[in-house]
Amino acid sequence: MFRYILRRLLQMVLAFFGTTLIVYALMFAGQGDPIQALAGERPVTAAQRAYLTEKYHLDATGVGGFFYRYFDYVRSLLQGDLGQSLTGRQIGDILQAAWPVTLKLALIALAVAILVGVTAGVVAGIRRASIFDNSTLVLTLLVLGIPTIVLAPLAQYFLGVKWQLFPPTAGSQPTFYALLLPGIVLGSLSLATALRLTRTSVAENLRADYVRTARSKGLVKRRIVTVHVLRNSLIPVITFLGVELGNLMSGAIITEGVFNIPGVGFNLFRGIRTEDGPLVVGIVSVLVVVYLVSNLVVDVLYAVLDPRIRYE
Amino acid sequence: MTVQPTPASATPEGGHLLELRDLHVEFRTAEGVARVINGVSYHLDAGETLAVLGESGSGKSVTAQAIMGILDTPPALIRSGQILYQGQDLLTRSEEQRRQVRGKEIAMIFQDALSALNPVFPVGWQIGETLRQRAGMSRGDARRRAIELMDLVKIPGAAKRIGDYPHQFSGGMRQRVMIAMALALDPKVLIADEPTTALDVTVQAQIMDLLADLRRDLNMAMILITHDLGVVAGVADRIAVMYAGRIVEHADVRSLYKAPAHPYTKGLLESIPRMDVRGQELSTIKGLPPNLMRIPSGCPFHPRCPYVQQVCVDVVPHDLVLGDGRTSACHFAQEVRDDSAR
Repeated sequence: MFRYILRRLLQMVLAFFGTTLIVYALMFAGQGDPIQALAGERPVTAAQRAYLTEKYHLDATGVGGFFYRYFDYVRSLLQGDLGQSLTGRQIGDILQAAWPVTLKLALIALAVAILVGVTAGVVAGIRRASIFDNSTLVLTLLVLGIPTIVLAPLAQYFLGVKWQLFPPTAGSQPTFYALLLPGIVLGSLSLATALRLTRTSVAENLRADYVRTARSKGLVKRRIVTVHVLRNSLIPVITFLGVELGNLMSGAIITEGVFNIPGVGFNLFRGIRTEDGPLVVGIVSVLVVVYLVSNLVVDVLYAVLDPRIRYE
Repeated sequence: MTVQPTPASATPEGGHLLELRDLHVEFRTAEGVARVINGVSYHLDAGETLAVLGESGSGKSVTAQAIMGILDTPPALIRSGQILYQGQDLLTRSEEQRRQVRGKEIAMIFQDALSALNPVFPVGWQIGETLRQRAGMSRGDARRRAIELMDLVKIPGAAKRIGDYPHQFSGGMRQRVMIAMALALDPKVLIADEPTTALDVTVQAQIMDLLADLRRDLNMAMILITHDLGVVAGVADRIAVMYAGRIVEHADVRSLYKAPAHPYTKGLLESIPRMDVRGQELSTIKGLPPNLMRIPSGCPFHPRCPYVQQVCVDVVPHDLVLGDGRTSACHFAQEVRDDSAR
């Protein structure tokens, strides 16, 4: 197991360089004049231009020059310096402010998915082909079919504006209550998937041979379901939820955008819209790390949950 | 109509330990109704081994699951019949009363121990679970007893292996774990549903010997379900041969092997390759087992039977009582037996 984790960490280094390189290349490939982009509408003096060219090694051209600048960037990145956004703010500071908000939102979404999705999935799996089962299937299909870009504004309009049950937008220092509706909207997709996954898994495990064995031991039905069946059924569900937490942590661009939540996705979207290259590359670099780490955690968790899985 | 087979052994004082009377089970599926068990009657007395023999789909496992009360209903439906355990009909008891019987009075082991054991719990935990849940033992006591049980079924280094998971055992050792689990509550009846089918031949013999020894030492009665005639010979006292959800022949092992009195049994015995005849063509029973949604008229074996006559197509044969307490559900039982004896 230890060797496996070590090997995965080494693979992560490769994946990290690979992804940051691609994002860096894409973000700066199309840019005509980075110095003018930095200055915006204002004119740039010759002295300023010379200083910035020197500072960012813009005199080096071609592929060699690109890699020169990329390694410049990576060097400061490894020293914990994400650089400055075009607006002059430290990207590290932006992320420090945004991440707690995104994390809160992600945890609300995940809690919704677990409490409602997994619970309903277990019930639907046990009572297959019942009214409850069929209605959850239709509802989840509906949720899975509606994109967040439609669902979020609808929820905002009806629940936030029209019936005023929730604050329609979150604002700069969002409270738990303000994040509740966006959290539910964000979690609804994970909820639907978790529900269906749990239902299938429970239904499948209820037919397993070891359930027959448990019955022949004379165990009460309740114990067979809550101990034997659930323990097996939740292996794929927990794996899915782990990956999902990684996804949610990297910010929800649409949900944060619609509800005006100053999280990671919101800042990323603003960076893309304003063509703020350093901001986009900075955020994505950190997201890559978050994603890689969360995936590793899920894989390790999988081995802990299922004794048949052994990593060599 | 109820047909009572004459038992191949005398009825003991106070009745049989376990007795099935004219059991009918069907499965209701989207495609139609499959009549899986069509009037099965057999009995088991304390301390004896009954072998139930038959091809896949003959209803032998379903019968066993009906006794245990672990049939999935629906799709299964017990139409009629009685399952008497110590004189009381289990089918009229409540689910809670039947649960009390499972494991404690009648225990069962299954064919594929890898899937029959829960993959995510250690074997010691699974054996101990029965003791904790059913006998109210403490964690420590259940653990100690689980080690004893694993020793009893001759798992080497039981104390060390108690924390291992099912997939860490070999096929034979896994089946021993299954057996240890079934023995946890000292059942009076052990139903072994094809216990050696998934195992290597050498391991098969070891498991069969173990089961025979345990049955004797613990004074249990055993129902051994199998499709392998070779497995039965050394272990069973009596054999009931099933075909299409019926018992077609019922006899003590010795006389059945010597002279089968049903064409189906005869075919089964002849299909065992013989070591003493070189270059012989392997004998088979022609045709396939019947579709249980469309069981042939008359004798269900008639389309495959070398003895078939018009009467076989028209009339369902009753159990014909032959001498020495044997029965055969064949119109020509006497002829078949005489042919076989020759």
